[in-house]
Amino acid sequence: MQHDEVIWQVIRHNHCSYMAKIATGNFCRNPYNVTGVCNRSSCPLANSRYATIRDDNGVFYLYMKTIERAHMPKDLWERVKLPRNYEKALEIIDKHLMYWPKLLIHKIKQRLTKMTQMRIRMRKLALKTREKIMTTPRKEKKREARREEKAEKAALLEKSIEKELLERLQKGVYQQSDIYNYPLEEYNKVLDMEKLQIADEEEDEEEPEVEYVEGYDELEEEEDMEDFGGFATLKSQGDYDNDENAGSTDDEEEEAIDRSRAKRKMALSSKKLEKNGLDSKSKKTRVLVEVEREDAGERQRVVQ
Amino acid sequence: MGGKRKKSDDDDDVEAEAEASGWKKKTRTTSEREKEKKEPLRPSMIKNKEKRSELHAKLKHQKKLEKRAKAKARDAALKKALELGEEPPEKKVPRTIENTRELDETVCKPDDEELFAGNDADEFGPILNQQQTPKILITTCRFHSTRGPAFISELLSVIPNAHYFKRGTYDLKKIVEYAKKKDFTSIIVVHTNRREPDALLIIGVPDGPTAHFKLSKLVLRKDIKNHGNPTGHKPELVLNNFTTRLGHRVGRLIQSLFPQDPEFKGRRVVTFHNQRDFIFFRHHRYIFETKEVKKAESKGKKDKDGESENVPEQKTIARLQECGPRFTLKLISLQHGTFDTKGGEYEWVHKPEMDTSRRRFFL
Repeated sequence: MQHDEVIWQVIRHNHCSYMAKIATGNFCRNPYNVTGVCNRSSCPLANSRYATIRDDNGVFYLYMKTIERAHMPKDLWERVKLPRNYEKALEIIDKHLMYWPKLLIHKIKQRLTKMTQMRIRMRKLALKTREKIMTTPRKEKKREARREEKAEKAALLEKSIEKELLERLQKGVYQQSDIYNYPLEEYNKVLDMEKLQIADEEEDEEEPEVEYVEGYDELEEEEDMEDFGGFATLKSQGDYDNDENAGSTDDEEEEAIDRSRAKRKMALSSKKLEKNGLDSKSKKTRVLVEVEREDAGERQRVVQ
Repeated sequence: MGGKRKKSDDDDDVEAEAEASGWKKKTRTTSEREKEKKEPLRPSMIKNKEKRSELHAKLKHQKKLEKRAKAKARDAALKKALELGEEPPEKKVPRTIENTRELDETVCKPDDEELFAGNDADEFGPILNQQQTPKILITTCRFHSTRGPAFISELLSVIPNAHYFKRGTYDLKKIVEYAKKKDFTSIIVVHTNRREPDALLIIGVPDGPTAHFKLSKLVLRKDIKNHGNPTGHKPELVLNNFTTRLGHRVGRLIQSLFPQDPEFKGRRVVTFHNQRDFIFFRHHRYIFETKEVKKAESKGKKDKDGESENVPEQKTIARLQECGPRFTLKLISLQHGTFDTKGGEYEWVHKPEMDTSRRRFFL
């Protein structure tokens, strides 16, 4: 004879092979369980009158068991096929479980809803193309990388590109109007001429001021002054460096040439300065000349 | 019992068998000994380490001397030929993987009329004949990466008339439809894996093809030493070594990404160099320079002063400055039509068993 309470006492307090104890609670592995939770109301073993919904290859069936069939395990569960239409399925559930406990009917309908939604999602995912992460063996990766390196060495990329460009030049792909390459020597001559003219004009306009300053007796102070003189020239050189950019246009190329000239001059002046500094260590008195330059924008003290 | 046993016929048979099977040691003849003497001693034969290394050093030295002698003889022959006014002996071409490549029936010949007819009828015809200007849509895969956006911004600077669209959650097929409506000619999808761009999908828009490339060794502009900044001019395109039918098709696909009327004033050149099925991408700015090479007019004759006259010879050279990015592509698959993983018909797919031979190339 079926005693639900006795069965539940044994299951709950002794042992049940379907029970899964987890930190969050007790769950039931029995496929006929409606909720998947291990409790008195949703245990398929401890309830003589029980119903659930199961999926069989995408088709939903309503499974019901009654106490009258408890003595025949092979005929214990009666199953009814549910239609694909959600509303019609609900109607069939209502029809078959008319006088059953309301809580159980509610749980079954909830299960049907969840399973229907899951089926819709599965269909959508099946239609979608999803990214599949493929693994390549490490051996193949290494081989590929090694071959790639060797191929890159064999390619001689820069040489082959230069060769191709020169071939195109010889074939006459590039016309005179398209690519400009300045003949640098003539260009430099013109620049030098202009610079000479500018220098003459400056001489006519004003002569550099000459100031006579007392000489310092102590050597240390002399060294300080030398440092200061050097610093001034270096600073102005720094200004030139900061201005320099790799220009893409022709005007910028001109500027770059100007700057390189100016740099050379600055380097020469700094060398002279060092020499003068070394000589002047022996002397007590010294003359300082202040020269004002347009391009540097600062006064420079040059030791004489 | 203790007496000596006579040698019977049976014993003879046993001895013969033993000799045949190699049990019994044969007595070596004098001729064999001579042969052994003639054979050179290899270092691996010597057990003593010191003697072995000594012999190895001696052999190495001998080889070096032989090599030097060969080089001298070659130079002497060349000199002699020049003096006599004969043709110098042909230089020996070293054997490389490219030289010894496996024969491929699909290698295109310059007089292949069928190929030219196919070219006129293919999907890239309108773009390459300048009937249509290329318009490129660049997008990413669904997952963001760190170097992805930087790579895309550099691609935008390399490819003129390219537009970047955020991928969002759109399906690639929908993006293809959108591109068709908006008159794009190609779609480039930059695929990332582990926050690093690792694949490139190039889709020809109205009716394909779709090429899937593996992207490796990506170096961005900021990581290239002494890099230049490109101007906005349309670049020239250099495609090297696309020799087979498949290579030709891939080359035309790449060519269709760029406009066919380069602006030479910009002095920009974009190169796709195919070497052993790896397509190396480089982006440079170039300049032609005339270099004076001092060349002695004649070695034998001398000037009045007794010095040989140096005549400066003008030589044009091309100087390059890399602009970046720099990366390598390897074709994984080529598909007919636009992107379709399920029902797509593939023209060519790379399989691991294709890599068994080092001398077989497909592009």
